[in-house]
Amino acid sequence: MRNISPLSRLTTTTTRRTSQIPRTQSWLSDWRHISSSSSTRSTAAAPNTDSTASALEPPPAGGHLPSISSSALLKHTREQSLKTPGILWADAELDEARGTSSLSSATAGRETRKMNMYQAIRDALSIALSTDDSAIVFGEDVAFGGVFRCTLGLAEEYGRERVFNTPLTEQGVVGFGIGYASMGSKLGDSTLGGRGMGGTAIAEIQFADYIWPAFDQLLNEASKFRYRSGGQFNVGGLTVRCPTMAVGHGGLYHSQSPEGFFMGAGGLKVVIPRSPLQAKGLLLSAIRDPNPVVFMEPKILYRSAVEQVPTSDYTLPLGRAEILTTGSDLTVVTYGTSVYRCEQAIHLLTHPPQGSGIERTVKDALGDWRRGTGKNVSSSPSIELVDLRTILPYDLPLVLRSLSKTHRLLIVHEGPTTGGVGMQIAGDVVSGLALTTSNPQEKISIGEDMRRMRKEAFLGLEAPVKVIGGWDTPGVALQYEKFYIPDEVRILDGLLELLAY
Amino acid sequence: MSSLARLRLSRRVARIPFIRTIQTTADTTQLQDNAHETEPFWVKIHEDSFQTYNCDKPELDVKVTKNELLNMYRQMQTMRRMEMAADALYKAKMIRGFCHLAIGQEAVSVGLEHGITKNDKVITSYRCHPLAVLRGGTIQGVIGELLGRQIGMSHGKGGSMHIFTPSFFGGNGIVGAQVPLGAGIAFAQKYTEEPTCTFTLYGDGAANQGQVFEAFNMAKLWDLPCVFVCENNKYGMGTSAERSSSNTQYFTRGDKIPGLQVNGMDIIAVKQSVEYARRWTVEDKKGPLLLEFVTYRYGGHSMSDPGTTYRTREEVQRMRSTQDPIRGLQRYIEEWGLASEQELKQIDKEAKSTVDNAVEEAKASPIPDTKDLWTDIYYAGTEPPFMRGREREEVHHY
Repeated sequence: MRNISPLSRLTTTTTRRTSQIPRTQSWLSDWRHISSSSSTRSTAAAPNTDSTASALEPPPAGGHLPSISSSALLKHTREQSLKTPGILWADAELDEARGTSSLSSATAGRETRKMNMYQAIRDALSIALSTDDSAIVFGEDVAFGGVFRCTLGLAEEYGRERVFNTPLTEQGVVGFGIGYASMGSKLGDSTLGGRGMGGTAIAEIQFADYIWPAFDQLLNEASKFRYRSGGQFNVGGLTVRCPTMAVGHGGLYHSQSPEGFFMGAGGLKVVIPRSPLQAKGLLLSAIRDPNPVVFMEPKILYRSAVEQVPTSDYTLPLGRAEILTTGSDLTVVTYGTSVYRCEQAIHLLTHPPQGSGIERTVKDALGDWRRGTGKNVSSSPSIELVDLRTILPYDLPLVLRSLSKTHRLLIVHEGPTTGGVGMQIAGDVVSGLALTTSNPQEKISIGEDMRRMRKEAFLGLEAPVKVIGGWDTPGVALQYEKFYIPDEVRILDGLLELLAY
Repeated sequence: MSSLARLRLSRRVARIPFIRTIQTTADTTQLQDNAHETEPFWVKIHEDSFQTYNCDKPELDVKVTKNELLNMYRQMQTMRRMEMAADALYKAKMIRGFCHLAIGQEAVSVGLEHGITKNDKVITSYRCHPLAVLRGGTIQGVIGELLGRQIGMSHGKGGSMHIFTPSFFGGNGIVGAQVPLGAGIAFAQKYTEEPTCTFTLYGDGAANQGQVFEAFNMAKLWDLPCVFVCENNKYGMGTSAERSSSNTQYFTRGDKIPGLQVNGMDIIAVKQSVEYARRWTVEDKKGPLLLEFVTYRYGGHSMSDPGTTYRTREEVQRMRSTQDPIRGLQRYIEEWGLASEQELKQIDKEAKSTVDNAVEEAKASPIPDTKDLWTDIYYAGTEPPFMRGREREEVHHY
């Protein structure tokens, strides 16, 4: 503390000056344990619980809610892990090419290992380096393992000419990666099935917050390279990894979620995984995808999300969302860390703490919902939870399909609401996006299907589409971080609002 | 005001130490022995055609052949004709958008092409038309691209600033953004142990971009086979080098990267320096090198810039009449008795008709199909299900 006194003095002053904040903040963080507010449905906006809090029994040790580590969405056993939907084994592809594939080989004899997300990412990078001679991994401090340990030991294993530190120059680093990826199809031909890709450049930007200097390179060079050269050149071998989203104490420059700013960057893909297993499969897909990909890793999950991850080489499809829990009354679309907050909110909805204010609020709202939909007294709403996984281009057909079944849509993410991913999805659902084909002779069935789905989704809406995201503040200020992140209470509030609408 | 005057005075004083400045006259190379019809012969470049920074000067004695000089002449003349045709087509409103011409800078592009091999890579900024042709493209391909036609080298989708060939990584629209790309390309060459190098071109304006220095640092740190080429045409858009750069000796701005300033108006000096740079990076494996070609653009920065608001007409006229790279080479050819004025006029005529024919061919090519609006966004087969079109009803399904 002695050494950083000017900074710490600054922080203390800030805290003192905004003395109301800690009180409300503690109210919010106490929700998990106390949950006895007498507040109404607009719970997140009414911090008046001080009188009741002290009179309560102590909360259960682990709180009322499932934590990330105990989440049912993580694969805790080998069997669950190997049966992950959409998983594509690299050797199965080989078997298929050789004509030796068999159904039983899909899971037989495959190993899984307990990994957290940084270990899974390290595993994916290791596979990429060992299966593709042109693959290089570079970024600030990656040689010693990176600040989040995602590249631990790779430099020793694969050599310092393939895994190396760069100067602290994000724009230069991404530009360098684009140049490397654009270079020659010769490298790519031997390893990537003749897709005409150049070198495989896997760049790391230390935090997504630092991606802005490289934004020009990503938007003006990477995304346009194939288009502007009429397909002669591409930077499909480029993958830019960066940790994203909040950890609770990152502040303005370590907790941002910039994915929304990339929504208009056609030609680029943006992927955000939710778990170790997903991260490994999606990262390998991103690296091998013949398009430039920005791969954002929710940094709070690096250590907190642990699951059984297959040890062999596999991929998960890009551009496909995944339905995590099926439901018929409301669709929640989310990605990254927010997946777990949505799970917790749904848990609060189905198992509100007994005798708490939440229980009363939920009961009121569900009463309205039952009256509005003509459901009987014992029925409770079933929520469809969707993990978007690929943010750009995102899986609109799946969202529409789900919505035409549930008629209510909630989108949750950490990034700023205005101009964000949620508003984009909401806009796509309700705007006059016409889905007729430009060439009626071509693929008419898909066009018709999409048109029908969109119409059903739109006309069937029982409530306005709701987006719960970060606030439109200039950033995620340290003191406000818990307010900024859409937490389970805000999400529950949104669920109730839509159900009772 | 008085303090400002003092400031100006001190700047003038500070510049006095540069006694010898770079020679930019286009015709100072001297014949050393008798010129031959078929055999190579020796000429000597003026010693002030080069200035060095932490490296030795290239040899001043150069072997040339008649064929090569005539070929250079033909190419420079053709490139100028092509740029003039682009100028005319732009003024006729057939080329729209942005268009940057390299009239006056022909010795750099043609000289560069004569000094490197086919497998070396080149990447440059938006002033890219001559290099696109010289690196394996065609004139109709470039003019077609400018006109936005299917015959264009990027099928009409790139436009003036984005033209590519297998060894030419294109014009790039953002000032200086191509420089770190050049470092990355050079890294790939080093990684695959290819005996080639990358020539990364940028202008004196781009030299002040932060990412240029980021690329310098990485290239020197990892000793990449990258030749950074600053085409100093003395004006970054409408601001002169002196008004924009604290150090206008661009060849000295690479810090630990040695540099060579070259008379960019004498094509023989350009070629000699490019060969020197190639030897430096590829054969001697000495890491990156900075080349600065001191040249001049006769036209404005782009078509919307008349090019006379920040410099005098007299200055442009003086450069045209005394330092023109094509006239310089013409003088060599005539004085050394390699070809008569008549023969050169014939070459001029052929250049003009080559360009005229190419323009006609490009004009005849159709504009891109509507469906190409949606192609080459993502690798075929990995696209989203659909992309929006120009109006509500128009959505393309893959």
